[in-house]
Amino acid sequence: MRRLKVLGSLIKDSLDIITSGSKKYHIWMAFLTFVMLVGMYCYSVQLEHGLSVTGMTDRVSWGLYISNFTFLVGVAAAAVMLVMPTYVLKDIDFKQAVLIGEGIAVAALMMCLAFVVADMGGPSVLWHMIPGIGVFNFPDSMLAWDVIVLNGYLFLNITIPFYILFRHYQGKKAKTSVYVPGALISVFWAVAIHLVTAFLYQGLQARPFWNNALLGPRFLASAFAAGPALIIIVLAIIRTYTEFKIKDKTIKKLAMVVTVAAQINLIMLISELFKEFYAPTHHSESAYYLFFGLKGKTALLPWIWTSISLNVLATVMLTYHKLRNNFKVLFFTCFILFVAIWIEKGFGLIVPGFIPGPYGKIAEYTPTGIEIGVTIGIWAMGAFIFTILAKTAIKIETGSLRFKKK
Amino acid sequence: MSSNDKKWFSLDLGNKKKQESSSCGCGKSSSGCNSHNKPIQEKQPDGFDQVFNVKMDRRTAFKKLTASLAIGAGAISTSCSVVAGDETKEKSQIEWEEQFKGNYKLMTDEEKKGTVDRLVRSYQLRTGKNISMSSKNAEEDVLFGYAFNISKCQGYMDCVSACVEENNQDRNSQMEYIRIHEMKDGKGFNFNEADDNYYHEVPAEGHFYMGTQCFHCDNPPCVDVCPVQATWREDDGLVVIDYDWCIGCRYCMAACPYDGRRFNWSKPEVPEVEVNKDQHYLGNRMRKKGVMEKCTFCVQRSRAGKNPACVEACPTGSRIFGNLLDPNSTIRWVIENKKVFRLKEDLGTEPKFWYFMD
Repeated sequence: MRRLKVLGSLIKDSLDIITSGSKKYHIWMAFLTFVMLVGMYCYSVQLEHGLSVTGMTDRVSWGLYISNFTFLVGVAAAAVMLVMPTYVLKDIDFKQAVLIGEGIAVAALMMCLAFVVADMGGPSVLWHMIPGIGVFNFPDSMLAWDVIVLNGYLFLNITIPFYILFRHYQGKKAKTSVYVPGALISVFWAVAIHLVTAFLYQGLQARPFWNNALLGPRFLASAFAAGPALIIIVLAIIRTYTEFKIKDKTIKKLAMVVTVAAQINLIMLISELFKEFYAPTHHSESAYYLFFGLKGKTALLPWIWTSISLNVLATVMLTYHKLRNNFKVLFFTCFILFVAIWIEKGFGLIVPGFIPGPYGKIAEYTPTGIEIGVTIGIWAMGAFIFTILAKTAIKIETGSLRFKKK
Repeated sequence: MSSNDKKWFSLDLGNKKKQESSSCGCGKSSSGCNSHNKPIQEKQPDGFDQVFNVKMDRRTAFKKLTASLAIGAGAISTSCSVVAGDETKEKSQIEWEEQFKGNYKLMTDEEKKGTVDRLVRSYQLRTGKNISMSSKNAEEDVLFGYAFNISKCQGYMDCVSACVEENNQDRNSQMEYIRIHEMKDGKGFNFNEADDNYYHEVPAEGHFYMGTQCFHCDNPPCVDVCPVQATWREDDGLVVIDYDWCIGCRYCMAACPYDGRRFNWSKPEVPEVEVNKDQHYLGNRMRKKGVMEKCTFCVQRSRAGKNPACVEACPTGSRIFGNLLDPNSTIRWVIENKKVFRLKEDLGTEPKFWYFMD
């Protein structure tokens, strides 16, 4: 009974917190709400007319939605880079940042699920996927695996921080015996969500561009670069706008993680490029399309070359200690790295898989306004969820939100 | 397919025990096809059944769910509209039951008949017209196969239009299951330089033609990837879709190496007068938006002992269809006596669609 009372009070208190704040905060939330509403309007148009309002066709049957989904799985997985040092290796420098990292993971996973639902032709029959009342094609379908690992990871990333915050809210210490096993599982689980998502593409013999043993490892490398890069940017914002003080040391350590991951990612990129272009085969056509264009079709060229330039620039800048330790440079570098990987692991990966088609047909894909509207709306939803989670967590962690302290 | 429990393509490393029968897709000689005389064994339970084994429970659960929802729906419609006629009530009842029915693959024959009756009745209520819909299962000792004579095809595309009419495909998006590729003489099978969207008089000078469609693979990648088992291989070899169970994720489309699948990007529309009213649940019944569909070798025709519409429409006789397990069938004669080949055999999909030349 006591617990329920505490829970009720926590919910009430957090509602108070998320509805009050500075003017900037209110403008930010109003802006996100507006973008979400626009996204919902776009989605209602899509529900009404079907997926024909998107740029997808029978030739290129996955587009912006699945691209963003793939990228965001990586962002979610990156929370492990904070969880493992804090809970498993007992590195206290990460302790403050870890809840923020988990918040990002929760927001990213909600966005992933939203993107998958947005991509479905029949969202009203999604219950066919629920084990028990539906028919789950497990273990044959990698998509079934993905549903399990994503929801499992979401569960872990909600319960662990919730337990810790719930204890702190009551002014108690969180028991390590309760949350460390969960944290340990979530470390392996994070690797699993990204590998399984890679296997989703990697296992298709029909698409040589994806059917490539390096895809999974490269997913991991790029995820551990882009995810912590985003966490660094978010920590920088939180440092400036709230009383939650994150030490320089934490950010520097995270920057080290980003650097190593970005370097590995670049090595893998070189390996991939070598394989595709040293002795090109029929199966290299998608790579040719992506990097050089095929038969005058060059829609992705500006994107991928922007991505590669930013990627190389960011990795080089991160490698120099002097540049990396200068925070202004670091935040900029993290931002361009994030954009670079969003392009590369998003539509730079998904769209060329379909071009050329199984019989060599080259039909390009351009997203429509509706599609972009839904996509931006879902990103706004992610930011909205994260803001709410982070605001509550910070209040509890800084000690200004306590049970019966009112 | 050499054995029915074979779930995936396995490499022949030469150190396995010689299997008692070779694949029906051997395409080599008559001796290789002896296996076809044997009746098809009972299908092994799939991974889902093995892991969860809740087939019956699920079915009962469905029944209960359906019944309670139907009662709920009935109550709502009665209470909300006092003046609503019996037909409106019946319509909403059917809609509810259809929305919450199970996967056709796992239905008993009785349940299959039930849903077919509902769909027929629903069409009658909506349009006042009668259709006939079959839920005929695969017959024993039947395995459908298809052969395509490249020398004969002239690219008239009569097969394409016959297919669209027979299978009630969406007219607005001009969805076509069959693609005819126009290839240049002297270039071989160079799909990259082929044109599958031509609008000129055929046969064009210096060109030859070949058609592709769903090859009804014996080891179909599309079936493995479907997260909800909305698509599967029937016992007579047809790869079919339950349109009402499909969630529209399009994973099967990405997995198909043969461009055999189509998606309803918007609500499919067929003018009422052009609707083919001779339908099969797994075949040409009306689809809805947001679901996959594909060639079914005209299941409504082939299971009734007829040739698919494309075979019947072809003016050149380049299309041959039949039962691979019948040693006297034309398709068997072609496979045994012609130099046949299949597309992308290296992918291990075992298509049941052979090409040959005179």
